[in-house]
Amino acid sequence: MHGTFNTIGFLTRTRRPGRIGITDILSWLWLIGGTLAVLVPVAWAGLSSLKPEAEITRFPPTLLPRAAMQAEVPGFDKPLSLWNVMIEGETREMAMVRRIGLKAQMVDPENPGKPISVDTKSISPVQRMTVATENYTDPLTRFSFLTFLKNSVFVTLVATLLTLIVNALAAFALSKYRFRGDKAIFVLIISTLMIPLTVVMVPAYLVIVGVGLVDNLWGVIIPTVASPTGVFLLRQYMLTIPDELIEAARVDAASEFRIFWRIVLPLTAPALAVLAIFSVLWRWNDFLWPLIVLSSRENFTLQVGLNAFQGEFSVQWHYILAMTFLSLVPVTVVFLFLQRYITAGIAGTGMK
Amino acid sequence: MIRSTGLADRAVDFAMALVEAPINAVERLIGKRRMPYLFLAPNLVLFGIFTFLPIAIAVGYAFTGGTELLISNRPFVGLDNFRKLLSCADYLTPGSCGESLFWTAIWNTLWFVGFNVVATLLVALITALILNRAIAARGFFRAMFFYPVLLSPVVIGLIWKWFLDRNGLLNAFLQMLGVPPEIFLLDVGWSRFFVVVVSVWFHMGFYTLILLAGLQAIPKDLYEAAAIDAATPSRTLFRITLPLLGPNLLVVLILLMIRSVQIFDEAWVLTNGGGPGTANTFLVQYIYQTAFAGDLRLFGLAAAASVLMGLVLLVLTLAQLRLGKKVES
Repeated sequence: MHGTFNTIGFLTRTRRPGRIGITDILSWLWLIGGTLAVLVPVAWAGLSSLKPEAEITRFPPTLLPRAAMQAEVPGFDKPLSLWNVMIEGETREMAMVRRIGLKAQMVDPENPGKPISVDTKSISPVQRMTVATENYTDPLTRFSFLTFLKNSVFVTLVATLLTLIVNALAAFALSKYRFRGDKAIFVLIISTLMIPLTVVMVPAYLVIVGVGLVDNLWGVIIPTVASPTGVFLLRQYMLTIPDELIEAARVDAASEFRIFWRIVLPLTAPALAVLAIFSVLWRWNDFLWPLIVLSSRENFTLQVGLNAFQGEFSVQWHYILAMTFLSLVPVTVVFLFLQRYITAGIAGTGMK
Repeated sequence: MIRSTGLADRAVDFAMALVEAPINAVERLIGKRRMPYLFLAPNLVLFGIFTFLPIAIAVGYAFTGGTELLISNRPFVGLDNFRKLLSCADYLTPGSCGESLFWTAIWNTLWFVGFNVVATLLVALITALILNRAIAARGFFRAMFFYPVLLSPVVIGLIWKWFLDRNGLLNAFLQMLGVPPEIFLLDVGWSRFFVVVVSVWFHMGFYTLILLAGLQAIPKDLYEAAAIDAATPSRTLFRITLPLLGPNLLVVLILLMIRSVQIFDEAWVLTNGGGPGTANTFLVQYIYQTAFAGDLRLFGLAAAASVLMGLVLLVLTLAQLRLGKKVES
């Protein structure tokens, strides 16, 4: 303790006002280091996704997307590469006509006269910031990424909508009624939490074969709709809705479904929102189950498509990273706006 | 919800009127008291078909052989699948086993679970303890550590694959330090190391959040009392914080084990399907390959392996539930 650094002290000491100790510095180092560890690989992929094909595998890499410049020069069929040339102590941008040994023949791109010969040691390529938008547009137009995107959006939206309806109905029954077997049914539903997909994926696939939904987006959607997490979350919330409201509606001769739809559901909105966020994230990120169910390209979701794409185009990192980044965007937007609800939801249920 | 003005609202109201009429008709038919069964029906039917039926099928298939899909066409083979999976001359050397890939996968998974559980728990605990202190920008850091939890495993696999590429940022950084470049994912040791790193990177935010909730539930007056008694920080940690966090730690530990045993998605993408060779082939990948990706679709063998894995997970889950009850009480 005296003079030497103490790990435990560092982890538990609370801040004393007006003094910054070694513990604070180490805490900050850990937090900033962690933040960098999270951000750097993601940012690196993002920056790389903007680099043109020729630049992306350059080693050592440049941080920002840059590319060698070319220019159309009157009198030449092909575009010429641009170079910085030192002439009489002054740097000028010139286009290279040809290179012979240690000499290069350069012309002024604006005003091409007779080429002048310069030493190749005195020139360097002109590089400017470029954004290779074709990395994003090509996969969406030439490959089937737009289809993958469409499929993912369809699966995510439909599955989330069905998840909300089916689980809210079940939660309503389990929170607002006393009936024979209510406890047993609740335990049965919650017990399915214990059965992870990885254990039942082989027989679940056989069921999908049996109901004829192989290689069909509905085969991806339907098995995910009933969610024990969803029932649990919504039931706990609905338990807090006063029964008097429901009794009053019954006196007014409202049907049970009307009570659900007009009274209970609107009051459950906060919990429904949390479940909706979770469901969107689950379905958007799903990989193993769609990988098993879907077999033809036109049915792939974005995640399965990305995986297939990287297998086929193992060197075409500029396309792969662009599509990776594209699939990151919705999740990041959800995160930026709804982070509080998500963390509260996880802290409340201990599930994700 | 009572006033409906917008077009969307009106459309929803119209759709609901269409749905409401038949449901109300059913209500008149069966009576109000039986309505909860109707509300539960969609959920229970889906659970029945896609969760409980598959369990029955898994057990059934585990005792049949061949590559036929329909169970009526499959020959009953008794315990053959289990015998094949479990017969080993020496369990430590997968090559001596009837199904060597299964044992390779088991050993890979065990090693992964061991390292991953310890590393994730340590990183998450340290982060939670730091975030529990009165530190500026706490919300920002908590959000930052949590961000990867939301990403897709495929995306994470690809981002890290690019980061660790021969021409990637890590090699560029190492070159600046004068270290020769390394193709990390083609090296057995490095690839295993980075599968753990990526897994910690991916999931630690989730466990940090759970531990942080546990830390914040510890009554503040205990710390005030400790401060009055001039307790050293280590005493406070070992006598107050860790004992009171203990049940939470155990729950996190088991949850982490359950999840780690099922490692597949991000490792599969990162290592190009379990490579180099079979260095990162895990149990779920074995089941997936045996049932879906091989030349022969050996559903029986895969189902038997699933049943074995399910039993292990069941034991872990029951332990978690018992501990979870203790935490609540």
